[in-house]
Amino acid sequence: MKNISKKTIAPVGRRQFLKSSGGAALFIGVSGLLPNLISCTDAKGMQGQLAKHDVTAWVRITEDGQITIYNPAAEMGQGSMTALPVIFAEEMDADWSKVNVEFSPQESDIYGSPGWQPGTKLMFTVGSRTTNSYYTVMRKAGAQARYVLLHTAATHWKVPIEELTKGSSTIIHEKSGQKISYGDLVAYLTMPETLPDFNDGGLKDPKDFKLIGSQIPRTEIPQKVDGSAQFAIDLRLPDMVYGVLERGALHGAKPTLNNESDILAMDGVLKVVPFDYAIGIVAGTLEAALAAKKALDISWSDAQASGFNSQEIYDVYAQMASAPEKGNTVNEVGDVGQAFRMAAKTYEADFKNDYVYHAQMEPLNAVVQVAADGQSAEVWVGSQQGADTKLGIPDLLGIPHEAVNVHLQYLGGGFGRRSMNDFVLECGRLAQEMAPKPVKLIWTREDDVRYGAFRPLTLQRLKVSTDAQGNLSGFSHCVVGDGGNLVAGGTRNDYYAIPNQWVEWREASHGVRLKHWRSVGHGPNKFAIEAMLDEVAHDQNMDPVAFRRKLMADSPRALATLEKVAEISDWEAPLPEGRAKGVAFVEHGSLGTGVCEISVDRNTGKINVHHFWIALDAGVVVQPDNVKAQMEGGIIMGISSVLKEQITLVDGQVQQSNYDSYPLLRMQEVPDSIETVIIPSAEHPEGVGETATPMVAGAIANAFLKLTGKRLRHLPFTPDRVLEVLKG
Amino acid sequence: MATYSLNINGTSYEVDVAQGTSLLWVLREHLGLTGTKYSCGIAQCGSCTIHLDGNPVRACVLQVDNVANGQKIKTIEGLSEKGDHPLQQAWIEAQAPQCGYCQSGQIMQAAALLEKNPNPSREEIKSHMNGVLCRCGTYLRILEAIEMAKEQTTTTS
Repeated sequence: MKNISKKTIAPVGRRQFLKSSGGAALFIGVSGLLPNLISCTDAKGMQGQLAKHDVTAWVRITEDGQITIYNPAAEMGQGSMTALPVIFAEEMDADWSKVNVEFSPQESDIYGSPGWQPGTKLMFTVGSRTTNSYYTVMRKAGAQARYVLLHTAATHWKVPIEELTKGSSTIIHEKSGQKISYGDLVAYLTMPETLPDFNDGGLKDPKDFKLIGSQIPRTEIPQKVDGSAQFAIDLRLPDMVYGVLERGALHGAKPTLNNESDILAMDGVLKVVPFDYAIGIVAGTLEAALAAKKALDISWSDAQASGFNSQEIYDVYAQMASAPEKGNTVNEVGDVGQAFRMAAKTYEADFKNDYVYHAQMEPLNAVVQVAADGQSAEVWVGSQQGADTKLGIPDLLGIPHEAVNVHLQYLGGGFGRRSMNDFVLECGRLAQEMAPKPVKLIWTREDDVRYGAFRPLTLQRLKVSTDAQGNLSGFSHCVVGDGGNLVAGGTRNDYYAIPNQWVEWREASHGVRLKHWRSVGHGPNKFAIEAMLDEVAHDQNMDPVAFRRKLMADSPRALATLEKVAEISDWEAPLPEGRAKGVAFVEHGSLGTGVCEISVDRNTGKINVHHFWIALDAGVVVQPDNVKAQMEGGIIMGISSVLKEQITLVDGQVQQSNYDSYPLLRMQEVPDSIETVIIPSAEHPEGVGETATPMVAGAIANAFLKLTGKRLRHLPFTPDRVLEVLKG
Repeated sequence: MATYSLNINGTSYEVDVAQGTSLLWVLREHLGLTGTKYSCGIAQCGSCTIHLDGNPVRACVLQVDNVANGQKIKTIEGLSEKGDHPLQQAWIEAQAPQCGYCQSGQIMQAAALLEKNPNPSREEIKSHMNGVLCRCGTYLRILEAIEMAKEQTTTTS
C-alpha cells in the first residue's frame, strides 16, 4: 500500500536531522510563531532561522511528491505511527499513498502535546492520550501546511488564494484551468507573512473527513512481520558491551557482594558496578555477563518489605476499612451517611485484588553511550516517557539537557511499565563507567518479574443503599492499599445517577514497587463497582441491563453503549445450559459497555469466556480497525489478568519469576469472538487503550453470579478460588 | 571459546563463542539476526521460535554446540525473500501485530504448521500455536491470518 521508510528510527538530533533532509522543509509553529520555510540544502539560512525562531518541523515534501510526516508519540502497538500522521494528512489533503512516517525528534517544546498544566507541553505516551492529546495539535499543523501550499500556488499563479480548490496532494485554479501537485509546488514554496492559527475555525468539518475514519493499514506493520522492526534490544553498535544487574527478589534490599574478585576473574567480565539495590556487571558478551550474574554470591539486607506476606494482608486491610477514622476523600457527592440512615435496604461487600505484573514481551533494556569526556550521551530506548526528562540521564551525568539525545525505538509492549525510567538510569550508570563504549543493558525475564513494579493489591469495601422504590440512594467505596492514585482512580460514578456518593482511600505501605498498569485503578475499582451493582440487581430480581438503564437515564452517551451492546449480544435471548452472560460499563475517556458469555467447569473451577461484545463511544475515531484491535487486545489482557495473573510475596520475596510461574492467557484459552461496535460521533476523540481491560472482571463476575448464584470477589478468579466459591 | 559453523537461512556462518552459548545469543548478538526475539529464556513464550531442519524450536534453550553439525536453521529473516510469505501477507491483511515483539515467533511457529499440514482445523491451529505468547492480545487476528494464509495456499496448490 505505501512505502514505509526503513529509516524510521533516525539516530540523529534535530539539527542534524534538518541538515540531512532532502527537498524543502516546512517549519510550522503551532504556537503561533512566525512560520518559516527553508531549503534544506541552505545550512546557513537554516541555522539562522533556528537561532531566531523556536520552530517545528512536522512535514517534509520533496519534488517527487513524497511527504514525510513526523510522529511525536511512542509506538507500542497502539498505532501512533499511523493515527497521528493520518490526522495531519487529513487537514493537509495529502495523498496518503505518498506519505512516509518517521519518529519526530524527542523535543517536547516543539513536538509536545498540551501537558497537565496550561501552557506546558509534554511528550509522554501514557493514559491513552496519544490521539486524544494530539488530535487538535495535528489538525492545526496539517491545516497550516495546507495553507502554506495554497499561498504558494496563489503567489505562483498570481491569483487570489480564495479562488483555489484542493484535491488530493493537488491545488486547482478552476478559472484558469491550472492544476499543480504538492511535489511540483516545492520549487516555488513561499511563506505567507502571517499564518492562520486555526484556533477559531477553518478546520475541516468531520463529515468531510476522507482519511480519518477510513480503513488505513498501519504503517509499521510490514516491518513487524519480516523481523526488521527495530526495538532497543535489537541495537548493535561498534565496541558495544553488555550490562546486567542482579537485584534480588526483595524490593529495596541492599546487596553485599562476597566474591567480587572471583567475578572479575571470569571470562569476559570487564567491570563490577555496585548499586544501592543491585550488583551490576559489564562484560564483553551477553553470555559472559549472564554467566557472571549467575555466579554472584550476594548477601541481602532486610528492607521495608521484609516480613510482608501479601496473601495475609487482607485481614489487616479489612480492619483498616472498619476503623472509625476516615481516609483521604477521593470523591463526595451528596450525603451518603444520610442515604444510609434513610435506606430501605443496605448492602456491603469487600472486593480484593492481588498484585499483577506488566509482562510486556520485550524485557526492559536500553543502550546508552556516554562520550569520552562525559559531557554528552546518546540513549536508545523504547520508552513511554520522552523528551521532557531525557529519562533522567542529564541529572545522572550532571550534564545539560541538550547534551543528551534520546533515540526512540519501537516498544515491545508498554502497558505503563515503560513510563518508568529505572532501567534507563541503570544503563546510564554502567555507560558512565564504560565511556565511551556503548552499553546494552538487558533485564532477564526473571529480573523483569522479580523487580517488577506491580499494580497494587487492594481491598475495597463497598456499601450501597436503596430507597423504598429500589433506587440506588447511596454508594460508598473505601479503597485500602498502597499507591495513592494508582489505587484511587476509576472510583467515580459520573455516568450513574446515584445521588449520594463517597469515595475514600486508606493508605497502606509495604515497600513493594508499584506502577501504573494498563487502566490503573480502573481495573480493580470498576470490578468492585460493576460487581456490586449486579449483586444489588440480583437481590432485587432486576435484569442487570435494565438496572443500569435506569442508572444511566441522564447520561445518553453511556446509555447508548449499553443499549447497543445489549442489542449485538442478543442480551435477552436464552442461552444453552451451562452458559450465562454478564455486563459491565467502563468510562476511561471513552465510554464502553461490554458483555461476556461464559461457562464454568464445576470439576476444575476453570472459567471459559466464549464471547465478548463491546459497544464503544470514543468520539471521532481516527482508525476504526485499530480501535477494534485495541478492544480485542484489551479484553484478552483483561481475561488473562482476571483468570490467571497473580504476584504474591512471602516475607517480602516475590514468588514468581517467569512465564512458568506467572502464566498468561494462551491461544487455546481465547474467546471464539470479540465483537466491537463503534458508535458514530463527531466529538473530540477519547483514549481507547484502557477502556476494554477494566470491563472484564465485572462482566465475568456478573455472568458467574447469574450462572451459579455465587459471588466472585477476589481477583484473580483462579480455579482454586472458583472451586472454593462454588463450595461455599 | 570455540569456532562453530552454522547453516542459517542457506548461508554458512562462522562464529567464535564460548561452548554452550545459547543459539539465541549467537543469532541476535553475534550475527545480528535480531528478528528472533528474547523474552523468557526458558522455552515458555515462543518469541524466539526458529526452524531447525523444518521443526519449530525455541532458540533460547538450544546450545550452539548442538546445532553446528549441518542442521538447517531458518529464522524470520530467511522465511521469504521479500517478506512476502503467504503468512506474512496474511498477517498484514489481518493487521495482526500490535507491539510486534512476539510476531516473528508467531509467524515462524505458524509457518512450520502449514509446511506439514496445509489445511489445519481451527482447533489444530490453536493447539499448535498455544506455546507462543502475545501480551498485546492479538491471538484472534493471528488465527484469522493463519486461516487466510491456509486458504490461499490450499487454493493455489
